[in-house]
Amino acid sequence: MDQPRKAVALISGGLDSLLAAKVVLEQGVHVEGINFFTGFCVEGHTHAIRKTDRARPKRNNALWVAEQLGIKLHIVDIIEEYKEVVLNPRHGYGANLNPCLDCKVFMVRKAREWIEQKGFDFIITGEVIGQRPKSQRKDTMPVIAVESGADDRLLRPLCARNLPETLPEREGWVDRERLYAFSGRSRKPQMALADRFGFSDYAQLAGGCCFLTDAQYSRKLNDLWRARGERRYELDDIMLLKVGRHLRPRPHFKLIIGREDGENRFLEGYRKQFTHLVTRSHNGPLVLVDGEPGDEDLDLAARITARFSQGRDAEAVDVEIHIRNGATLTRQVKPISGEKIPSHWYL
Amino acid sequence: MSEVQLDARRLLCPLPVIRTQDRIEQLQRGDRLTVYCTDPGAIHDIPAWCRVHGHAVLEIVRHDEEITIRIEVQG
Ligand code: SF4
Repeated sequence: MDQPRKAVALISGGLDSLLAAKVVLEQGVHVEGINFFTGFCVEGHTHAIRKTDRARPKRNNALWVAEQLGIKLHIVDIIEEYKEVVLNPRHGYGANLNPCLDCKVFMVRKAREWIEQKGFDFIITGEVIGQRPKSQRKDTMPVIAVESGADDRLLRPLCARNLPETLPEREGWVDRERLYAFSGRSRKPQMALADRFGFSDYAQLAGGCCFLTDAQYSRKLNDLWRARGERRYELDDIMLLKVGRHLRPRPHFKLIIGREDGENRFLEGYRKQFTHLVTRSHNGPLVLVDGEPGDEDLDLAARITARFSQGRDAEAVDVEIHIRNGATLTRQVKPISGEKIPSHWYL
Repeated sequence: MSEVQLDARRLLCPLPVIRTQDRIEQLQRGDRLTVYCTDPGAIHDIPAWCRVHGHAVLEIVRHDEEITIRIEVQG
């Protein structure tokens, strides 16, 4: 007998990619999964950091999906290369800073390089025509196939029957009749198929796969670029945008304020890189200062830090200011009152 | 057979998993890898990754914030 054909499935950790891989597995194809880590993924960290989220299962959805399917999963770090996608998307952004179409092209291209290197035959994605207004439309499907260089080696099992035949179908590696013709925004066909395959516990797989679709996150990222006068970022920057309360009292500095123990502990890891403040007379948050604060700014930062401590109503709070690569000063300050914090300071 | 160590402290998931995966790629069957990490998510994710790739998790030790995971390369 011939060796089974081999496909790599893009596994986002969502229901659609789970089903797409399963449909092809059922046809006797050898399937392995690939998952890309961009730095913006809504995964593990945020849950691990915040205590309030600790009750939720801290599993990596892509790995969970791979276990359900009984396939190998390769997780690829694309943090560096992905910057170009976020900073200069040829096809522009969605509602927020999500460059979904460019992102898809990029990921399918990486998968194409991967199959060429590993001797696999084709690529599977869980895309469905009309599922997402910007990136999953009938006219974007060929854009992804062509610009990624995958061409007809890209199979979308959930909507393949609405699309021209691809190589695996033409060659008979998969039976087109046993693929699907889902379209539109409804999730019902996916849920019915999941039930048919006997998958349960997939409810929490839904939802956005990355922070770039989040309006508040995108606002913070835009603010970071504006404040720095250039559009660029490092991994630490985009991680820190996921944590704490961010306030920008002045154009040249902002404060990142831990909201609870888990976040404070996470922020502690950044103490060496940032000027930071802690309250001494009362329990309070760890506050990082991003930017170049002057002496008066430090005073303001101390009063804000005091405001978010348990001494918020006290007359005076002792705040320790650790200057980056410099001295540690202790100042006694009066916590700033709530009305003195204009809402536009909150990012 | 070699014994190898990997420092993945302070990295957030899934980076400890990715580093583990990339290190194991260079190892042979029977080699052992000890991963040190601090993200509690790794307690679930590294063993899950090992299960789907058929590697054996020999031991998981948690000491305060630090997690040590010993793996034997198989598969
Ligand atoms: S939501 Fe994020 S990860 Fe998903 S396609 Fe859009 S940019 Fe890419």
